[in-house]
Amino acid sequence: MTRALKYLALLGYVVFLAFPLLWLLSTALKTPQEMAALDPTWIPRRPTLANFADAFAEQDLIGAGLRSLVVAVATALITVALALPAAYALARFRGVAGKIAIGWVLVSQVFPVVLIIIPLFMVLRRLELVNTLAGLTIVHVTFVMPFALWMLRGYVRAVPRELEEAAAVDGAGRLRALAAVVAPLLAPGVVATLLFSFISSWNEFMFALVILKDPEVETLPLTLVRFVGPEGVARLGPLAAASLLATVPSLVFFAIIQRRLRSGLMAGAVKG
Amino acid sequence: MTALAERPYGRAGGGSRRGPRSGSGFALLLPALVPVLVFSVGPLVYGILLAFTDARSGRNTETSFVGLENFAELLSDGDFWESFRIGMIWGLSVTVLQFLASLGLALLLNQDLRLRGVARVLAVVPWAMPPVVVGLMWRLVYHPDAGLLNGLFGSDVDWLHDFSLALPAVIVVGVWTGMPQTTVVLLAGLQNVPRELYEAVSVDGAGPWRRFWNVTLPQLRPVIVAITSLDFVWNINQFSLVYVLTQGGPGGRTRLPMLFAYEEAFRYGFFGYAATLGVAITIVVLVVLGLYLWRQAREGD
Repeated sequence: MTRALKYLALLGYVVFLAFPLLWLLSTALKTPQEMAALDPTWIPRRPTLANFADAFAEQDLIGAGLRSLVVAVATALITVALALPAAYALARFRGVAGKIAIGWVLVSQVFPVVLIIIPLFMVLRRLELVNTLAGLTIVHVTFVMPFALWMLRGYVRAVPRELEEAAAVDGAGRLRALAAVVAPLLAPGVVATLLFSFISSWNEFMFALVILKDPEVETLPLTLVRFVGPEGVARLGPLAAASLLATVPSLVFFAIIQRRLRSGLMAGAVKG
Repeated sequence: MTALAERPYGRAGGGSRRGPRSGSGFALLLPALVPVLVFSVGPLVYGILLAFTDARSGRNTETSFVGLENFAELLSDGDFWESFRIGMIWGLSVTVLQFLASLGLALLLNQDLRLRGVARVLAVVPWAMPPVVVGLMWRLVYHPDAGLLNGLFGSDVDWLHDFSLALPAVIVVGVWTGMPQTTVVLLAGLQNVPRELYEAVSVDGAGPWRRFWNVTLPQLRPVIVAITSLDFVWNINQFSLVYVLTQGGPGGRTRLPMLFAYEEAFRYGFFGYAATLGVAITIVVLVVLGLYLWRQAREGD
């Protein structure tokens, strides 16, 4: 009896979580005629890929995708390059300064993003970097940095200090010890942080909306929103098709790091 | 674990003072402090200072210090209060509903049920999706002509443009998107509850309800407090999702504080005023969190 109820509840969750996704997929495969019909159909009667072709024809999806890719890759590389030494220091040398720094990383999450984007916008304007991908990359690095620091610090702390010190005692020297002992152990965490930074940048919308003004420089989330404009039924198919395509990279990367992201969150959260 | 890590090792000093190594420690801390200072402290301090100025978006406008003038204006701004009210309704209801829904799902996922694998995957998907896509997807669901809901219910409602339905409709989307993180964290918390505790109360003949109330909930408490606090902060600062869904409409009925601040700053160019709004929201969040954490700490004793 209770078991049946549990299954019913679980089924309810599955339906709630899945139905918008299925509807998106179904809409992407429908003809405009079928969309306009009064009775909604889950499975398109005549599935078509025309919406995907229309999506590419209507908006510069390839260009926007490439620009998003450039920004996301640059954001991931720069963030991790800056955050890795920082995270190492924060994990290993626990002086007052380190404590304050990591405390700040947590506290900074409370501030709404307007308080970051307005000053950054003003600085970028002075540097003539508004409306450029470089400018957006700088903003994304700022945006991703705290969480990247937090994740990487967790991974560094998971590497036993003894290992490193044993290598150092063996006469390897601190840097050699780092390269030979710590780096391999840290590699999966670094990859996870890279992918996480990539996803954050790829998905990001508000900063892009503020920084990028011209269609020639806009990233994928901005281009997607363009489909909405004067929203005729005919445009819903291409909208759904483009949305699906834009989700693929995030979904794939997320699937790779999912487990690690979880353990990273936990590792960062455990008090030492 | 802590004792092990802190044990004085060979020539490295114990505790936080690292003796001969402290020089290289500082050299290493520098790269730690620089990104934090340049990319986090700097912009935020600048942003907070802007709240006390009349900064405008024009290129050659002069900016001067105006003290608390912006705050006075904010307090007498009816639009702000309306946006603030909507923000609080949104923030609190999404956080509470998210928590209840996620707790239920986490409890189910923690049991030996068949659909578990599917549910587990589905429970994480919204996390990976771009907020813009989530917004667009739900616009398709809510669409008055080609949407799913009107078709299912045989209704003729423009969900996202109806004055009384828009906010609830948007809240449902907020819950949908925010469930993954909360579920994952609560599930991890559930898996960390020691089995012996359950065995002990089972011996006492406690039913599932008593077990949940007397063991699970108290054990989960720190995790619950942490994740609901984070959720509240994230929700009150939400922008992209609602911007894509409604742009704050109809008639400002879903204009969350961040949408209001965005309009002030980047549509009308009032940088200083928008920063003031950001500071005000920060203060509110800190007060709400402070009260919540204080109450939880007191009840926890």
